[in-house]
Amino acid sequence: MVDPVIASRVQFALTTIVHIIFPVMSMGLAPFLVYFTWREVRGSEAVYEQLRRFWTKIFAVSFVVGTVTGIVLEFEFGTNFAAFSTFAGELFGGPLATEGMMAFMLEATFLGIFVFGRERVSDRLYFVSSLAVAAGTWLSAVWILIANSWMQLPRGYELVERGGQTVVHLTDPLAAYLNPRFMFMYVHMQNAAVESVALFMAGVAAYHIFKHYVWGYSVQEVDFWEKTLKIAIVALLITAPLQVLHGDMYARHVHETQPQKFAAMEAVWETDSYVPEYLIAFPTSLDDITNPRAKELFGLGIPGGASWLASGGDPQATIRGLNSFDTEAPPVAIVFWSFRAMVGLGFWFILLAFWGGYRWWRGELLEDDLLHKALMGSSLLGILAVELGWVVTEVGRQPWVVQGVLKTADGVSPGLTGTEATITLAGFVMAYASLLALYSYVVARIIRAGPPSTEELRTFVTEADEPTAGAPGDD
Amino acid sequence: MTDYGAFAAGPLFGLPLPELWFALVFAILGTFLFLDGFDFGAGALFATREDDEERETILAAIGPFWDGNEVWLVVFGGALFAAFPAVYANLFSRNYLLLFGVLAALILRGLAPEMYEQRHDTAWQRWWGRSFVTGSVLAPFLLGVFTANWLTGSGALLTPAGVAVGLALVALTVVSGAAFLRVKTTGSLREDVRQTGERALVAYLGLVVVALGLVALSTPRLAAAVTTPPVLVLVATSVGLGAGYMAALRTGRDLLALVASGLLTYGLVAVVALLLYPLVDPGSGLSISEAIIAPLALNIMSVASALLLPLVVTYFVVLYSAFSGPVQPTESY
Repeated sequence: MVDPVIASRVQFALTTIVHIIFPVMSMGLAPFLVYFTWREVRGSEAVYEQLRRFWTKIFAVSFVVGTVTGIVLEFEFGTNFAAFSTFAGELFGGPLATEGMMAFMLEATFLGIFVFGRERVSDRLYFVSSLAVAAGTWLSAVWILIANSWMQLPRGYELVERGGQTVVHLTDPLAAYLNPRFMFMYVHMQNAAVESVALFMAGVAAYHIFKHYVWGYSVQEVDFWEKTLKIAIVALLITAPLQVLHGDMYARHVHETQPQKFAAMEAVWETDSYVPEYLIAFPTSLDDITNPRAKELFGLGIPGGASWLASGGDPQATIRGLNSFDTEAPPVAIVFWSFRAMVGLGFWFILLAFWGGYRWWRGELLEDDLLHKALMGSSLLGILAVELGWVVTEVGRQPWVVQGVLKTADGVSPGLTGTEATITLAGFVMAYASLLALYSYVVARIIRAGPPSTEELRTFVTEADEPTAGAPGDD
Repeated sequence: MTDYGAFAAGPLFGLPLPELWFALVFAILGTFLFLDGFDFGAGALFATREDDEERETILAAIGPFWDGNEVWLVVFGGALFAAFPAVYANLFSRNYLLLFGVLAALILRGLAPEMYEQRHDTAWQRWWGRSFVTGSVLAPFLLGVFTANWLTGSGALLTPAGVAVGLALVALTVVSGAAFLRVKTTGSLREDVRQTGERALVAYLGLVVVALGLVALSTPRLAAAVTTPPVLVLVATSVGLGAGYMAALRTGRDLLALVASGLLTYGLVAVVALLLYPLVDPGSGLSISEAIIAPLALNIMSVASALLLPLVVTYFVVLYSAFSGPVQPTESY
């Protein structure tokens, strides 16, 4: 049987890594759906209704899978991390409850109207529903990140004895909840969600365009896919450069507030100044596999780059090394490589955005096969970059669950047995693998089927013109 | 540091906030068990229908609602966590495997309606139909077992009292599910579910009495409590509501029957809360005053909830009025 602490950590990591995909899809799609709905109810071209209907299907599937995997996360705080929940509950439970009441309720109820209600409610209420759904998804992230940013940068509390246990006592809610970390995380996360969905949209559109123009398949609604690609490129041109800009400010903030994490991101063991930014770095011996910057490495670095990044412009700045901390280092290789991969992807997305923008400006958007291939290949890389970012954030702060206050190992439920934890871990591995497979299968089917044709839209219009059954209050 | 003054010193306006939160947590649990309960019941009744169109109708009937209904479970978890974190931690970790069973059932149930619509071949729909029914029956059953364990302080996976409460809750969801489908459908489906609903009601009332007996037998602390006047009054009221439910169904006032089934659900949860009081978690011996968070955090949560819960109720009113009246099996996006 696996040790309950390890099993709980692996289980939480697994369930979070899978869960985050679906909120990213919802948060990223939400602003697009608001825009499509706005154009649709304003009576713009039929393509906006096609766009709204097509992407709503994917939104609905993502929301359902996101809901069922999200309830699991909430429960896991109680089941697997009871010691953490007792310890930090006074401060941590509030944001979680507020997320449920303020955000999730708004999203779930209005999604009912948004998905099923086009023929039943007025244009105005329908548009309001799209706004409410979007507000719900974005507010969810507010409360979840308020809770998470407190774990990264705890403040506004003191430790007190209650019932024989040391627990967090909230003393200053404004300091605790309006945490400086929150804004960095929120902007970076939301922008990442929109960017990821834009990449996904661009990839899907490029696939259909490529199929049509290169392979010569007859693809219905080619105009629809061209429109989709253009919208995605506009979104990418806005989000991709921003992501790198505030990512840089965020990294500087991490250096100030979580030096141990920053040292792991750069694999700096000994405190040093003029630290290079290694683009790649390998140890020459397998014994050093967890230390990408071990001596006698093969590496390629920008002189002073890491110091420059940490200080916001001073290549001579000092970076505190991992060996100077009292607590063990986080798994350095994971953090180091995840950070590099994420940043590398971020620059690749900027390149893609400008490449697409340039071709569009030259009027050659449908003709660049290489661009279409690149977009297809990159369609899931935005989500990958989000995952990598969270790995840096969450693995990088280990061994702490609440930075500098409570270690992760001390947060696990004390009564949990290895048998119980192993059973559920095995169950989750199977269940979440099936969930992912199922989700991919369903989304792929929706994509292959494409949007409803314009003839179908016209049928819908005549149906809607007839009086609908069941006006409010007639039962 | 900001000075929060009186806001941090004691409960707002001298209100008995810890007791109010105890009541609120159970009110939210009751709301979840009623709202998602009629979805679960509709899921159980799905098993009794062979006709494809009727099955589609059942799915269309709960389609716009079930997501929102299920969020009450998240809010219940959040409220318990926020107000009584030690209880949340103790109760949830003690019932570890049971709660993962609940999650598995909710996953099966939650995916099913969405997946069922994705493909229209028999094998696929048969599989997701089974998943829908299994999840819809298993979720209330295990939640009933969980509620019984909460009440008795037991950490065992299955106890006689747990099974009885679990079955009672399944019966109760069928009672509300039948009323809900009566409101939302027409034709033979609407005619047929009446009898199932009535039978489930009789089973429910019988199971509640059995469950109370088993709880009293298994837990000395509660032996006398189950026959105190408030509990007896609630049981008697339930019988009265049951009679009202039947009368309403037989005269075609289905919405009234749905309301009666809702009141039955709140009644059941009220019995649990009454038997617990003043403890919140007998398993760890925590009382309300021991488990409640400090005044400052409690006041913040209270103000937030007082502002947000009326809004949430408004969302539900908008949603349910947008989709009032019977559905057609073809209604979807």
